[in-house]
Amino acid sequence: MVSPILELTDINKSFGHVQANKNINLKINKGTIHGIIGENGAGKSTLMSIVFGLYQANSGSIKINGKEINLRSPRDSIINGIGMVHQHFMLVENFTVLENIILGFEGETVFGEKLQKAKEDLEQLCQTYNFNIDLDATISDLSVGFRQRVEILKSLYRGAEILILDEPTGVLTPQEVDELFKILRSLKSEGKTIVLITHKLIEIMDLTSEVSVMRQGEMVGHTKTEDTSKEQLAEMMVGRSVLLRVDKKEIKKGETIFKVNNLSVKDDLDVTRVKDVNLEICSGEILGIAGVTGNGQTELLEALSGIRKVESGSIELFGEKISDQNNFLNPRMLKEKGLAHVPEDRQRMGLISDFKAHENLIFGYHDQEPYSKSAILNNKEITEYSNKVMQEYDVRPKSPNLITSNFSGGNQQKIILSRELNENPKVLLVGQPTRGVDIGAIEFIHQRLIDMRDKGAAILLASVELDEILSLSDRIIVMFDGKIVGEKENKNVTDRELGLLMAGVA
Amino acid sequence: MSNIVVDKSKVPWWVSNVIVPLVNLTLALLVSGLFVFIAGENPIEAVKLIIYGSFGYIQGFAYTLYYTTNFIFTGLAFAVAFHCRLFNIGGEGQAYIGGLGVFLVAINLSFLPVPIVWLLAIFGAFLFGAAWAYIPAYLQSKRGSHVVITTIMFNFIASSLMIFLLVDVIRDTNQMAPHTVKLPEEIWLPSFEAFSGILGIKIRYSPLNLTFLLAIASLFFVWFLVWKTKWGYEMRAVGHNTQAAIYAGISPHKNIIIAMCISGGLAGLLGVNEILGVSHKIQAGFPAGYGFTGIAVALMGRNHPIGILPAAFLFGILYQGGSEVTFEMPNITRYMFVAVQGLIILFSGALENLFRPQIESFFVRRLNREVNA
Repeated sequence: MVSPILELTDINKSFGHVQANKNINLKINKGTIHGIIGENGAGKSTLMSIVFGLYQANSGSIKINGKEINLRSPRDSIINGIGMVHQHFMLVENFTVLENIILGFEGETVFGEKLQKAKEDLEQLCQTYNFNIDLDATISDLSVGFRQRVEILKSLYRGAEILILDEPTGVLTPQEVDELFKILRSLKSEGKTIVLITHKLIEIMDLTSEVSVMRQGEMVGHTKTEDTSKEQLAEMMVGRSVLLRVDKKEIKKGETIFKVNNLSVKDDLDVTRVKDVNLEICSGEILGIAGVTGNGQTELLEALSGIRKVESGSIELFGEKISDQNNFLNPRMLKEKGLAHVPEDRQRMGLISDFKAHENLIFGYHDQEPYSKSAILNNKEITEYSNKVMQEYDVRPKSPNLITSNFSGGNQQKIILSRELNENPKVLLVGQPTRGVDIGAIEFIHQRLIDMRDKGAAILLASVELDEILSLSDRIIVMFDGKIVGEKENKNVTDRELGLLMAGVA
Repeated sequence: MSNIVVDKSKVPWWVSNVIVPLVNLTLALLVSGLFVFIAGENPIEAVKLIIYGSFGYIQGFAYTLYYTTNFIFTGLAFAVAFHCRLFNIGGEGQAYIGGLGVFLVAINLSFLPVPIVWLLAIFGAFLFGAAWAYIPAYLQSKRGSHVVITTIMFNFIASSLMIFLLVDVIRDTNQMAPHTVKLPEEIWLPSFEAFSGILGIKIRYSPLNLTFLLAIASLFFVWFLVWKTKWGYEMRAVGHNTQAAIYAGISPHKNIIIAMCISGGLAGLLGVNEILGVSHKIQAGFPAGYGFTGIAVALMGRNHPIGILPAAFLFGILYQGGSEVTFEMPNITRYMFVAVQGLIILFSGALENLFRPQIESFFVRRLNREVNA
């Protein structure tokens, strides 16, 4: 038997305490399109970054055509015929296509013969694979789809035999996706090997001949695409692990207090990320939003908490309209109305890591009594309060004067949670409450959220952890591509059903 | 060298805030000594002259404190903006315009009781300096024009504007030089020699005046503002993490403007020292580079009033002692001391982290050994 073009054996990689890849074994055969599928955070990108030489594995070996190689940098990988197209393109915006492609491989000090040669070679490549790119166009004038082609062309020009594509369709329109797939198929027919990283089942079924599934840093299965189905893959992806059920009383649903009507929201790049969303949350209820990261949950939470502008539609709190495209309340005004927000990304938004713990414990409430009086901060009150809540929420170490970045992720999250729950909000928006949090803290955080619900708060919980959604929510909606694609009472609903909805196939 | 990883939480505060700056300063002075040596003079003698010039006699010491006053204002100005992560390079222009504020208030309201004129003149200095900083602040917060670029340009604009005013509008028309008339003597701020005269000590002229106390008060003001009020808290929040500030309902726009205006106002106070205290008229180019040196003062003082005071004093010593040296040593020119300043900026600003890892890990290891022993 011919040895596989790429073979990984027992690859391990950890970042701090997080093990991103555990004993990964993978064989990729020449001339195939091999899919690697898994949820966000399953370790797909880490694994491929190791193959591309961006990261070094802690242990394990990589063989190309049966020969063991040592990849210390992307340059080593390029020499060994591995090319990678990243999710975020690595192009110089104000250079032309040609200049970008030869960057680092110019071969001469004053452009002349070799540049001409490169141009001819590239034109040849473009023709072979039907790329249809103007080599003298400036990158900034090109659409995303074309930029991606430039990246592919760059890898091919540098002699890539194995081409790794990391979530290549995330930024493309459906038409561009079709074009990309055409190119990938023609690459395959020319004998190139393609590794496609994705979380979209449709693409796997469409394009690949073999597929490997990853879950929580482990490789959970390899199969030929023709021998499997979307349902089966979804099951492998999500896992059948036992759910961590939280003790939860029967729901005591009150009246609807938070209502979202036909909400649309754009992101910073002016792309509509939330599309015509309607939802209602009652007092005493946890509404879970399931979905793969990047399907609009972030923008939805930001719009609901007053951080992001509403493009169209409206938001109502206690029957009063609080935001539409013309007016919106800023986060502070919303806090006063009883809406609290635990943001998805605590480092970027929830905390100021250079501040001391006590300064973060009052963040956003710092101008309220008793923490400050006529603009002067009352340090005695703040310290007293900090000691109290750090005790209550078991924040370790219990030192209000310690700089926040010195706390562990779980303890930082407890700082945010204590701050946002302390005022007994009527509506609580929670994003990824347990991301990067150790198991002990997860249980604690879940219990606090359940307590809030039992006290009558309306809670909106967005999480990419399906287990978390299933164990906490009373009702679940699934977001895909900015839209709500399904709503279920959390009774007898299976992770498989949700997985399919999340992948946009059901 | 950069491979040394130091657990920051284990580094005692005095190592990073006292030992490291001192080491950097010593290095700067050693290299400066080398320059003096190359110039053909004895570095040890030069140091002696600096110390004598700035401490050795009462008039010299008064000069040192006069320079310190200016450096406190401009150092604080830079520090306040920096806490909102704004590099206000425009202290020079803000000080210049601040001087205009002092003069206009003092000359037009000189009929009022003297202490009230002083207060209003101080207010005028702050207001004019703040107004000059407001424009770059507005452009930064609303239009995203980088404050470094705009404040540099505003230094030039301030300079041109003031020359225009001094030549064509507010010049003392009895003469040709670009300066105004003198303020009436009764509203001049009392000088140091006037005070010592009351105590029966007779000393020779020095520019030190009551503004020194205003500078000390400003140190307290900035400390209180930045660490004890919600405004300072919000400014720091915006500076450290704008995203988080927005999440907490703190407006970055508002805080950029507040921080820059307070910064500009503090720079403007330099005009009080120069115009109400020393020359009593506006002269072309009176800020004389204090605005720029203030950046170095703030960097050395780690943007904290407790650090800015000694840093400003150090630069005061260098200015006063330096002029003594240039007086006594013909081979050392005034520009040599500009170079010394440059070296201090280089070592305590740009190369701040050159030896930090080594020093910190040295102390961390040592202290751990003591704990384990």
